[in-house]
Amino acid sequence: MQANAALEYDYSLAKKFTFLTILFGFLGMLVGTIIAAQMAFPELNYLLGEYGTFSRLRPIHTNTVVFGFTVSAIFATWFYVGQRVLKVSMAESRFLMVIGNIQFWLYFIGALLATISLLFGISSSKEYAQYEWPFDIVVVIVWVLWGFNIMGLIGIRREKALYISVWYYLACFLGISMLYLFNNMAIPTYFATEGLGNIFHSVSMYSGTNDALVQWWYGHNAVAFGFTVPIVAMIYYFLPKESGQAIYSYKLSLLSFWGLMFVYLWAGSHHLLWSTVPDWMQTMGSAFSIVLILPSWGSAINMLLTMKGEWNQVTENPLIKFMVLASTFYMLSTIEGPIQAIKSVNAIAHFTDWIPGHVHDGVLGWVVFMVMASIFHMAPRMFKREIYSRKLMEVQFWLQTTAVVLYFTSMWIAGITQGMMWRAVDEYGNLMYSFIDTVTVLHPYYTIRALSGVMYLTGFLMFAYNIYKTMTAGRELSEEPQFRTPMA
Amino acid sequence: MFFHWLEKNPFFFAAGISIVISFAGLLEIVPNFAEAARPLVDLKPRTVLQLAGKNVYKKDNCISCHSQMIRPFKSETDRYGAYSLSGEYVYDRPFLWGSKRTGPDLHRVGNYRTTDWHENHMWDPPAIVPGSIMPAYKHQFTNLADIETAYAEAVTVKNAFNTPYGPEFKGTRAAWEAHKPKVLEEAKRIADDMKNKDIKEAVARGEVPEVVALIAYLNSLK
Repeated sequence: MQANAALEYDYSLAKKFTFLTILFGFLGMLVGTIIAAQMAFPELNYLLGEYGTFSRLRPIHTNTVVFGFTVSAIFATWFYVGQRVLKVSMAESRFLMVIGNIQFWLYFIGALLATISLLFGISSSKEYAQYEWPFDIVVVIVWVLWGFNIMGLIGIRREKALYISVWYYLACFLGISMLYLFNNMAIPTYFATEGLGNIFHSVSMYSGTNDALVQWWYGHNAVAFGFTVPIVAMIYYFLPKESGQAIYSYKLSLLSFWGLMFVYLWAGSHHLLWSTVPDWMQTMGSAFSIVLILPSWGSAINMLLTMKGEWNQVTENPLIKFMVLASTFYMLSTIEGPIQAIKSVNAIAHFTDWIPGHVHDGVLGWVVFMVMASIFHMAPRMFKREIYSRKLMEVQFWLQTTAVVLYFTSMWIAGITQGMMWRAVDEYGNLMYSFIDTVTVLHPYYTIRALSGVMYLTGFLMFAYNIYKTMTAGRELSEEPQFRTPMA
Repeated sequence: MFFHWLEKNPFFFAAGISIVISFAGLLEIVPNFAEAARPLVDLKPRTVLQLAGKNVYKKDNCISCHSQMIRPFKSETDRYGAYSLSGEYVYDRPFLWGSKRTGPDLHRVGNYRTTDWHENHMWDPPAIVPGSIMPAYKHQFTNLADIETAYAEAVTVKNAFNTPYGPEFKGTRAAWEAHKPKVLEEAKRIADDMKNKDIKEAVARGEVPEVVALIAYLNSLK
């Protein structure tokens, strides 16, 4: 092949994972909306008998959005971005295509079975790591297959220098591998005895305080390497591609990347402030959380400055609007986290609804917005058709933005209210409120949150519909658009 | 420049990432392992029935809404009792501290709630605590607890981690059959304090409904 001839990229895997992203996104958000409504209206707990209680459904919500939606999106964008920045087509390697397809089907079936297992209460009860050992093994195999694909594609690349997005995808792969393996170490009791009891059951290799440390080293950094690192990989590719602007600063990219790699891992113990974890670790967790503002804001500022002199695009192109809003929410979320990690603030915030509030301004405002923007950018190039409706995209944008704002404001108020009521004492130093007082007072905020869930889910359905119509009824394109995504 | 070279050499790049991200785990987590694994004097591992109850707690994912971690603040010790100590958790695999209190902390619930209270509360929470948003767990009154798995768990932690269970804990079916009457006896003591006729009959038949095991576990949280 001639060095300057245009490559014909193979998007079949990117398309498949895009469908899964939308499917799992819908399922995860649907369950999320249901459990949000259950907190406001407890009667909704009884729709499915034992399988419909808040407690059974909550891990399904979290695992479906993490291991279903986000991981699919990581794979989908990798199978699009990877080829393009390494200047090599997937079609050039039969081996990588086969591996990729095995990865897809194993992942799809594994994710469905794992979700069903949670519905039946087969759970290790470690947050965001609830899957029992057989499903953990499937996760590991899928992940290793993806690793083969990354390394393989890098191995046959034409562009010698790795673009910034590849750094982040690599880090995502390596980070999650390390975290997932160590946190899920467990012994299946069936095999440790003469086949006694349930085959799914296992005991953690770590106990008590040690288990807590490993779990939150994992839990916090699953957020780092699942919800931050690969999403930054996406924005580093899609924002310059969509806007036609070069990345503002290479040095800032370097600083943010290596800074994030080093600092993030230390901050896990901020989930365990005031617990029985040694004091020095708690202090380390707090301090490093504050330092973490630097690399986080470094990336976000680098993105916003990339738009320097081109801010008119925000009004002209809704996709730029999605990405700029995503970076802004990333900044909000990464300043809010460190604030909550200050020990005195944490004393009030921990165990309250402020924490889910924080999580959701990050995931709804940053992760999901960036993933949707990526898919909007990829769709016309993968399906060779124009985006079906710009108007629908605009409506969706404002509906979902309003939903996120309602979500986090209501949860901020709920969290701080509850945190203050738990510690309130009267003039004689006695506790002022019984626990149930601090629950009933939250009803209005839980109602607002449930409403915001319905709004966000509706927006997501608009997105899914728009993509579906793009595939089937969008105006056909004769050649691949260069920068700005064409839309009707 | 070093970074330009690094970005053209994926192997070293990946090695670089691996080293940089491993630091924190090595320096922050590993040093504590030996220290945090020391039990309080007199701490006993849970009985098989209590372990089965812990597995019901895991199955219905009570951790979604309840913590087991009393922080060292007066407002918490007034409400829940003495603050939690690391040595109390040494036999907990996994730890069940939780991260959200939609309901109250349960680390010392055994000190101030009774079998009778739990029985009524699990059946219909708002009837006991008006305004409660906790769902009823009526299925725990009919589903059976998996005591055999709990026994397998006790044997596993004894063999793998030296958790102090007696010499009679062996991984054979015969050893389990020999131990089973003890579990049923403990279940009967719980059921004696309960009102539900079906529960009493089930336990008399040699079955252990989930709620009985769960209450044994909750009572052991002190």
